[in-house]
Amino acid sequence: MAFLDRTARTLLWQELVSGFALTLRYMFKPKVTLDYPYEKGPLSPRFRGEHALRRYPNGEERCIACKLCEAICPAQAITIESEPRPDGSRRTTRYDIDMVKCIYCGMCEESCPVDAIVEGPNFEFATETRAELFYNKERLLANGDRWEREISANLAADAPYR
Amino acid sequence: MVEFWGDYIWPAVWIALLIVAIVVPLLLAIAYLTYAERKVIAAMQLRQGPMVVGPFGLLQPIADGLKLLAKETVLPSGANKVVFLLAPMVTFTLALIGWAVIPFDEGMVLADINVGVLYLLAISSLGVYGIIMAGWASNSRYAFLGALRSAAQMVSYEIAIGLIIINVLITAGSLNLSEIVQAQENLWYFIPHFPMFAIFVASILAETNRHPFDLPEAEAELVAGYNVEYSSMAFALFFLGEYGNMILMSAICSVLFLGGWLPPFDLAPFTWIPGPIWFIAKISLILFIFIWARATLPRYRYDQLMRLGWKVFLPASLLWVVVTSGFLVATGNLPG
Repeated sequence: MAFLDRTARTLLWQELVSGFALTLRYMFKPKVTLDYPYEKGPLSPRFRGEHALRRYPNGEERCIACKLCEAICPAQAITIESEPRPDGSRRTTRYDIDMVKCIYCGMCEESCPVDAIVEGPNFEFATETRAELFYNKERLLANGDRWEREISANLAADAPYR
Repeated sequence: MVEFWGDYIWPAVWIALLIVAIVVPLLLAIAYLTYAERKVIAAMQLRQGPMVVGPFGLLQPIADGLKLLAKETVLPSGANKVVFLLAPMVTFTLALIGWAVIPFDEGMVLADINVGVLYLLAISSLGVYGIIMAGWASNSRYAFLGALRSAAQMVSYEIAIGLIIINVLITAGSLNLSEIVQAQENLWYFIPHFPMFAIFVASILAETNRHPFDLPEAEAELVAGYNVEYSSMAFALFFLGEYGNMILMSAICSVLFLGGWLPPFDLAPFTWIPGPIWFIAKISLILFIFIWARATLPRYRYDQLMRLGWKVFLPASLLWVVVTSGFLVATGNLPG
């Protein structure tokens, strides 16, 4: 009986027909891919994208040059130099991130006591040259100004889980 | 002098115009067949396919064509240059000239010859030469192996195709494609000859080196098959030839089995639609099967391919010839 069953299935192309039916069924299913540059997927508030240095609302930069991020960075991508400012507060004179070395682990963000260095929601910062990926303090502060609204909203959304 | 013009030049100009009227839409159809293939396969894989160039990516085939035209034609230093450049032209030309005998409607055919089927068989057999020449002239192992596979495969499946066509011929009683279509006025041949229709569709998949029989271009083993060394327009000609062959084979299939330009029922709403539209619809249906098979089936192994051709399709179609002719003789329906 098993032989008859198998032979009948072969001669009637049972597997061929079911395979073709499957692909035809899938053809009318909704598509799962996004039309990327025009359509983007959702991002978690914890998303670790491009770095940014934030400021206080009064315009003062948050970073106090404690160098915890430099110390914890597993890829050693962060370089910080600092000296006291004329008003006596300690601030960085140099804050570089080598975005080529960075592994986007988020340890700098975790270690920062004043929420100064954060990884924002931007992931579309590809460049044409390698040199453009060596970020300096100016670039990072500019990022912070540009993305502050999203970054603070994300930090607020994630705060209850920390 | 006037006679010379009337007898030779004007007919030649008229024929050239007819050829252009067939070839230009055909090239457009080839371009949009690649688009349709990408879209249909994408849909079956839950993707979107080309979406960026033009609305819904409709200008993608044109962009692809322009890209290929703008590229450099690389001539391998070890290649036989003349044959190397001749091969894509041969393939492309052979994909086009088959259309001379395809009837689009009653009387709408470039060359209404009485040996149309033989002509088509000859053309499709010649197609092997383009591939063999490409493989040999490239002076590359991959290209040569791909060409050998391709040639062996096309020759094997042509035998099955020949026997299947014999079934249609003895039922229709003619080698003229228009008469074959007219013989299907009451019953399209895919109904009485359904097993042959199925084998024919599978054989034309193999004949045009399409999935699941695309061993000549098996990427995993042979990089790209006979056209590895080709680039730019030479490659584009192979590509156009391959897709042109697909359309030609679909046209042959719809002439032989699906009643060419005939509407499915000889009733009012169906007969309003002109014949060429029905013909194109039938070609599109078979092309959809081509693409559908590509999205569904995994590639055959080489020995399985040969086994299928020689041990299954050949005896089956031979047996069907005996059954058909026996039936026709026994019922006294043998035409001619």
